[in-house]
Amino acid sequence: MDEKIRRRERLDRGIKVRTEGIYAISSWRGIAYTSLPTAAFVLGLLIIPLAVTSMTWQKIIIIACVFAFLALSFDFLAHFVGIVCLGGAFFTGVGGYISGVLNSAFGVPLVITIPIATIGGAVICTLFLLPCLPMRGIYFAIVSLMYPLLFARVIQALDIFGGTDGLPGLATFPNTWVELYLILPMILILTFGLRRLVNEDFGIVLRAIKDNDQAVRASNINITWYKMKAVFLGSAIGCFAGAYLAHLYGWVGISLFALDFSIFPIAATVVGGVGTLVGPVIGAIILTMFSEMLREFGPLRVVFYSLILAGLVILNTGGLVPYLQRKYYQFEHWIEI
Amino acid sequence: MNIFIFGLVNSVILALMASGFALVYGVSRLANFAHGALYILAGFATWLFLNRLGINYIGSIFLSIIIVSIIGGAIYRFLLIRVKGMPASEIIASLAIGIAIMELFRWRGFISEAYMLPPFVAGSVSIAGVVIDWQRLIIIGVGLAMMLSLWLFTHHTKVGLSLRAIAQDKHASMMSGIEPDRTAVIALAMGSALAGVAAVVILPLGNITVETGYMVLIDAIAVCIIGGLGSWAGVLAGAFLLGFSRILTAAFIGPHWQMVVVLLFIILTLILKPSGLLGRQKELEERV
Amino acid sequence: MNKNVILQVKGVNKSFGGVKAIHHVSFDLLKGEILGIIGPNGSGKTTLVNLITGFVKADSGLVFAEGKKLSGLPPYKIAGLGIVRTFQIPRPYHSLSAMKNLVVPLYSSRIMRTIGGKLGDRDTVALDILEEIGFERDAHVPYKHASTFPEGYLKRLELARCLALRPHVIIMDELFSGLSVSEITAMIPIVEKLQMNGMTIIMVEHRVRELFQIAHRVMVMNFGEKIAEDVPDAIIKSEIVKQAYLGVT
Repeated sequence: MDEKIRRRERLDRGIKVRTEGIYAISSWRGIAYTSLPTAAFVLGLLIIPLAVTSMTWQKIIIIACVFAFLALSFDFLAHFVGIVCLGGAFFTGVGGYISGVLNSAFGVPLVITIPIATIGGAVICTLFLLPCLPMRGIYFAIVSLMYPLLFARVIQALDIFGGTDGLPGLATFPNTWVELYLILPMILILTFGLRRLVNEDFGIVLRAIKDNDQAVRASNINITWYKMKAVFLGSAIGCFAGAYLAHLYGWVGISLFALDFSIFPIAATVVGGVGTLVGPVIGAIILTMFSEMLREFGPLRVVFYSLILAGLVILNTGGLVPYLQRKYYQFEHWIEI
Repeated sequence: MNIFIFGLVNSVILALMASGFALVYGVSRLANFAHGALYILAGFATWLFLNRLGINYIGSIFLSIIIVSIIGGAIYRFLLIRVKGMPASEIIASLAIGIAIMELFRWRGFISEAYMLPPFVAGSVSIAGVVIDWQRLIIIGVGLAMMLSLWLFTHHTKVGLSLRAIAQDKHASMMSGIEPDRTAVIALAMGSALAGVAAVVILPLGNITVETGYMVLIDAIAVCIIGGLGSWAGVLAGAFLLGFSRILTAAFIGPHWQMVVVLLFIILTLILKPSGLLGRQKELEERV
Repeated sequence: MNKNVILQVKGVNKSFGGVKAIHHVSFDLLKGEILGIIGPNGSGKTTLVNLITGFVKADSGLVFAEGKKLSGLPPYKIAGLGIVRTFQIPRPYHSLSAMKNLVVPLYSSRIMRTIGGKLGDRDTVALDILEEIGFERDAHVPYKHASTFPEGYLKRLELARCLALRPHVIIMDELFSGLSVSEITAMIPIVEKLQMNGMTIIMVEHRVRELFQIAHRVMVMNFGEKIAEDVPDAIIKSEIVKQAYLGVT
């Protein structure tokens, strides 16, 4: 295949194509207007921990970030690849246990365990989920929901990896600031990275698979292979959250496979707005704070957020971020004429 | 012999648990993830009627089955109907409803050893040298009766035939005057009633716990995946395969390994025959 | 074997349940020709297309392309060999713009393998293809979301998706159905131009009049069987075809 093909290309064309026409900003006000939401989001996330002084609230923010990771993973898979993954807990569990076992059995420091758990966990999760990738319909949802429950039972029954008691005494982060400023920039990178990815050509293929998988198959693209890459990415995000949690608490146990890690991120995504990628992060923060305020209700909190989730899904609300976006773009102001 | 009888009991239990889920999925293509919640709801309802309201055992059983089936129908009629045709939303909504119901019980403190139903007939009997309690025999009896009556219902009554019609070809049956929404409500009510029946006959074997709800959901789905979603014979085949292999595992390898076997079977099924043992995967067919 | 045969179907059978959708159909497709396939509703035309392109597995029988066996290959591999199809009911990616719809085939391994990195910006190539097939760039049509297009544009988008794969053989499954007469007259030159550019085309059609203008050979199907194969003029006169269409005995 050595044929040389040359083509004349205009320099401005690609830019115009990507911006879908001419898009010019002529004033500082215009620049401010278009970049304000993004700036508010970025600065808000980076400043929150400085604004709250109490240790408890800083911990709450960290937990919110962990859920934000899982919510991002869910949103990416569900809205951009069309894979409904109810197995957030599967990712946290696998990531957490890999990290925990490496740290407690082999004494590997957490700087190494977290990356290994992220990649290795993603490989394991992808391998386990691989059989249901060619299937259409509800298989992926069912199987991904079942895996964490089954894995927890298996660990319990076989009494491996510490059994019911889990593995205590793992390495923890030096202090809260490290915990915070490890995960916050990661959230930002991930949010904007994913947003970039779904508009790249690779992401376009994933979105096309969601829209119409048969047409993608007819276009000489192996959809299972692409779905696998997407699941790998999604589970890597989840496994990172799990490994991070393990070192945050200094403990792994079967509660990492708990259903909360599957349901809560979905609720957060639905609250924030499906398909926005920023929405899940904001939703996770709101929902975690809400959940914290309801701390005294104990188990009832789960009831609350299941009901919120069911309600929002059934009423098919767009979520918070699309609503705010709409309002922002409809923003009007008076001018002199 | 021991293995055979307990394998049979276990298989019938699984078939009973899965039948409600399979019925709903078969008729309306709706994966009802609130199935486990409805199951323990029936158990707790019976317990409440029996111990708090002082209704006699048979009365509370029937009352709770009726209530569960009404709740199941209502969940579809008022909630899930709004998201029909959107599988992802259906699954998430029904799962969330199910979790809400189950966690509500946990919150009300239904988590101690005290919650158990008495067996229908106390004592045990010896068959071919195997001691087996009456309750387990009753389960087999009820299971067989359920299967028979379901078969009669779906083959010889108008409502039952309309359920099968919707399951086979939605559009054709709509044109023959069958309303899919009403049929789906009936299917969900029946599926919930089946969950209720399964609950009241199986729960006397042990305690009623919230975890049972999750386990029943897993078992029901496992049976359906292995046997083939939306196939009746598949449910039976899946239940028997899983039931016997679990008893065999418990007998020869150790009871701990039961869950591993379930997991293994699911993965193997998905790899070797993704549509399940007896399921037919719909081939892509465009209008010719 | 004749060097000019680009696609060879040998005795394929397919039944759905008890219904025989395809019964022992064989034909050869010659390089550079336009082969029309006609037949009444339910005669198995689309199933035949599905069988060739791998979307449905044949019960028995084989399909070869230039001596290479296609039977058993998954659809994406068959598309990778340059045998592509359009769908009877257009299948665009609704959430993407028309231009981004074409990024998908341009990202395929077939395109990556053949001209790979020398392709440049996929968006621009997509625009060129769309413009060629009648998406007016001046009116910003290629930037519009696929969900907003009328049927005529969707059919063209289907065709554009095939062209993006740089195929040898295009199988058009009822390209003209659902189009108005003027849309069809606009479409015919496009098809003829493709043929002149060296592509081999199978047209599964209901619009017999338009098909007979451009087809070199026509194959007639009825109840899943091939009942005739000849040049258009002979087909028009054929008694057996009249019987199939009109039910005259």
